[in-house]
Amino acid sequence: MTAVAEILLPLNPGIWLIVGALIAVLLPQTLSRWFAVILPVFLIAFLFSLNLDNYGTISFFDYSLETFRLDALSRVFGLIFLIASALGNLYALGDDVDKLQRSAALAYAGGAIAAVFAGDMITLFIFFEVAAVASVFLIWARRTERAFAAGMRYLIFQIGAGVILLAGLLIHFSVTGSINFDKLGLDAPGGILILIAFGIKSAFPLVHNWLQDAYPEATISGTVILSGFTTKLAIYALARSYAGTEILIWIGAVMAILPIFYAIIENDLRRVLTYSLNNQLGFMVVGIGIGTEMALNGTISHAFVHILYKALLLMSMGAVLLRTGTCNGSELGGLVKTMPWTAAFCIVGAASASAFPLFSGFISKSMIITAAGEQGYWIIWLILLFASAGVLYHSGIRIPYFAFFSEDKGHRVKEAPWPMLVAMGAAAFLCIIIGVFPVSLYAMLPFSVDYVPYTAYHVINQLQLLMFAALAFTVLKLIKIYPSDTRGINLDTDWVYRKGLMSLIIYSNRYLSTGYRVVCDGAVGIISEVINSAKQLGNNDGILSRTPALGSSIAWISGLLLLVLLLRFA
Amino acid sequence: MNFIMPHLPVLQVAIPLIAAPICVLFTFGGHRKVAWLFTLAVSWVCFLIAGALLSRVLLDTDISYAIGNWPPPFGIEYRVDPINAFVLLIISGISAIALPFARLSVEKEIETDRHILFYTSYLLCLTGLLGVTITGDAFNIFVFLEISSLSTYVLIATGVRQDRRALTAAYNYLILGTIGATFFVIGIGLLYMVTGTLNIADLAERLQPLSDNRVVHAGFAFIVIGMGLKLALFPMHVWLPNAYTYAPSLVTVFLAATSTKVSVYVLLRFLFTVFGPSYDFVNLTFEFVLLPLAIVAMFAGSITAIFQTNAKRLFAYSSVAQLGYMMLGVALSNIPGLMATILHIFNHALMKGALFMALGCVMYRLGTVSLGSMKGLGRSMPWTMGALILGGLSLIGVPGTVGFISKWHLILGTLEAGFWPIAILIVASSLLAVIYIWKIVEVAYLEKEINQEKTLKEAPISMLAPLWVLVILNFYFGIDADLTTWVARNVAETFLGGES
Repeated sequence: MTAVAEILLPLNPGIWLIVGALIAVLLPQTLSRWFAVILPVFLIAFLFSLNLDNYGTISFFDYSLETFRLDALSRVFGLIFLIASALGNLYALGDDVDKLQRSAALAYAGGAIAAVFAGDMITLFIFFEVAAVASVFLIWARRTERAFAAGMRYLIFQIGAGVILLAGLLIHFSVTGSINFDKLGLDAPGGILILIAFGIKSAFPLVHNWLQDAYPEATISGTVILSGFTTKLAIYALARSYAGTEILIWIGAVMAILPIFYAIIENDLRRVLTYSLNNQLGFMVVGIGIGTEMALNGTISHAFVHILYKALLLMSMGAVLLRTGTCNGSELGGLVKTMPWTAAFCIVGAASASAFPLFSGFISKSMIITAAGEQGYWIIWLILLFASAGVLYHSGIRIPYFAFFSEDKGHRVKEAPWPMLVAMGAAAFLCIIIGVFPVSLYAMLPFSVDYVPYTAYHVINQLQLLMFAALAFTVLKLIKIYPSDTRGINLDTDWVYRKGLMSLIIYSNRYLSTGYRVVCDGAVGIISEVINSAKQLGNNDGILSRTPALGSSIAWISGLLLLVLLLRFA
Repeated sequence: MNFIMPHLPVLQVAIPLIAAPICVLFTFGGHRKVAWLFTLAVSWVCFLIAGALLSRVLLDTDISYAIGNWPPPFGIEYRVDPINAFVLLIISGISAIALPFARLSVEKEIETDRHILFYTSYLLCLTGLLGVTITGDAFNIFVFLEISSLSTYVLIATGVRQDRRALTAAYNYLILGTIGATFFVIGIGLLYMVTGTLNIADLAERLQPLSDNRVVHAGFAFIVIGMGLKLALFPMHVWLPNAYTYAPSLVTVFLAATSTKVSVYVLLRFLFTVFGPSYDFVNLTFEFVLLPLAIVAMFAGSITAIFQTNAKRLFAYSSVAQLGYMMLGVALSNIPGLMATILHIFNHALMKGALFMALGCVMYRLGTVSLGSMKGLGRSMPWTMGALILGGLSLIGVPGTVGFISKWHLILGTLEAGFWPIAILIVASSLLAVIYIWKIVEVAYLEKEINQEKTLKEAPISMLAPLWVLVILNFYFGIDADLTTWVARNVAETFLGGES
């Protein structure tokens, strides 16, 4: 028994969560609801009780699998995942979820956490797949036709990425003989395939569509939970294995910019948030690409705070959706009167997302931007600044404004249920605490931090950026509503530039999306062509499925015999 | 016991052979249950003997047994080495697990007055398969091949009570199977013509100087095509889907798990022991015939499976694809590739045994296995459908199942041979398996039940227990593959070791 206990304890906390998912099915409804909240909290305490070490080494084939590698990098990600799981499950109490969804949420978080603590690529791959399969149930649990189709597309992306990862790790293994999951880089055997797999999971440009497609189709609490894990797990994996890979800087920059344009024209506020999620991932990918200690610290802390404030924003929009039945910006407004607490929490999340000083986003995002500047990537530095302004526009202002402050559309609803308020309150509290006392987060980072966020220069710089972006929003808002008044307002060329840019963006976006649709339709055409021909071959009257006449089978056999006989002369 | 031990090789075949006519005697008085018990007992004895033989060859040396004390190569020699002891264990093991399942399934699916003759044919089929595997004499292989084939035609035809198409399925298989066996015996005849021997070990030796002989080459071609037909290598698989679909459930379980595997074994024996990859024409056959056909089989089988509406037929086409994997491993002819083939002989027997047994349970309760009638079955028959899905996961090759072990080695084999595009094709064809397994999940769990007025019960425990034994073995050998990989490595090294 002691030997067994030595192997099993301490077991990877992710596996505990997966086991918990099974237990949650068996428990009675009320018990199971609280179990899902308490288990992650308990596991956070468990995680803090352990020293940094390699635990849970087991042998499989001839190789030893490190199922629980606890180092500084995996600990900080494991911690935030556990926090996100606890908050998400607490929030779900207000949404009256069924057991399937609750267990899926636990197993999904468990898979992601177990993957974070995996010390070898086989364990990583297995739990990557567990997380992928469990998560799709959060989408399907919405039980609509759209959700089913979106979930299917999501699953295809996830499993596809898993297969590419498997191919990459097999190549890596067959060349190097090692399954250790550590620094790889593009030159490592299979390195490109593995990067592509992680890239799909972290929603690189052009393979990002699953994110905006599927997440808003999930259930109310499902979207909150989904937003935390898959992409950040991929960010973790990239940070571990591809730090300092220069191409990531440029990919990340495109990623930080591109979704902004979509976020601006999107009406579904939860979808706006998923575009903004994508753009925040871009910052992290840039940080990984730069790869200095400061950039990596920035990336990790940004992932940490980003999970919190993105979950907070999605929670507030989920509460709005729960109460009003819609999440479209055009149908909402004036909810601050009836949902004051939700509105307040949403503003905290928005402020964190837009990196207001004293809120959590400020202390992390600026590290990445500063690191870009220090390494001399000035173009990237400018792009990131522009992207920060964009974030303020779509997450910081647009979300709270349309939902809570714009013209009252007559929704007279109740405040969100108390578990949702508590979950939002806790997330908002953490956002502020981290923003005010950044040292609490910096202390957990893998590299020592000599960065001080609250200097006059940083604060003023950031406030200038935010204020000008806010000004732009106000101005545009006024112009949109009162187009005839434009002549009366005396603005600088700056205004022409911004308006021009805005319309340029809108027009180019229109063409982009047409072009994109043409490409998509073409691809869909080809794929359905392939499926149709497969169907013609394989269905009941198809040539492969028919029972052919004996004569023709015998002709085939004779033909093959002839072939083998003729090989002699080859 | 000591006086029995040296005679185990012959008892392995003689016991079921003698048991078959004894079983007929139960017709007097119509002791159907006794006949079943008798067959069960014989199967278990065969299983124990196979276990004893395997442990002996693994721990000690190969066994050579001269029938009637006529020394080889003049008399018939039974020769047991790790590969055929392994196959013997698979055949008798599947039979031993399947027979407890058989009683109710046979009771339901076959006309009562034919039960005793059914068990007799079953015993003959078992004899044939064991005999093909154990014998070291090329002509003896043909004799046992015919014993197993003829009884198989009868067994398939007994499915007539469920569906009259069983008769044409059996007839088609009879024609094609006979052509296969004839090709095989023509091949043996040609080799006999130039070497004057039928003993396999002797044949291998005498063929060494004859590598340029045209007759030898023709003999090789006939044997490869004959066995390719028996093992349902695409496009010579056309007999298989109907035979599996319309045969009674027990017969499908037994045939799918053992019969094609025995043909794969015979082909391995001739390709590697008798000929060997050092012959040019063997290598060319690997490269230009087996490799392309294997890859086409992987895709054609899976694609066709996706569009089937009958679950048994679906898995029959999946077998065509799986045999493609086995042939791919052969065609690679390197150590991991051959290991994959040998592992898959075992692993595929476990998964297809479990899958067809689960379908047998469905057949028992529902009377049909068309996907349309299985809607919502996951709720009324949770254990059966659960086993079906777990078996399906193994078929896909999910890590932790036996399917993963075989595919892992197969991919290592392609990479070692430098054919990495083929590794991608293997992964891609596994995705096709995901699609057809998903079809079943969808039907069983996501669709509404259609026949709500008649409440369906779960299958009886005597059918579920053997089914779950196989399912658990699928996972056990997927996690602890030490024994199987050890045997496979051992065999692959012997096959390739002497040659290269």
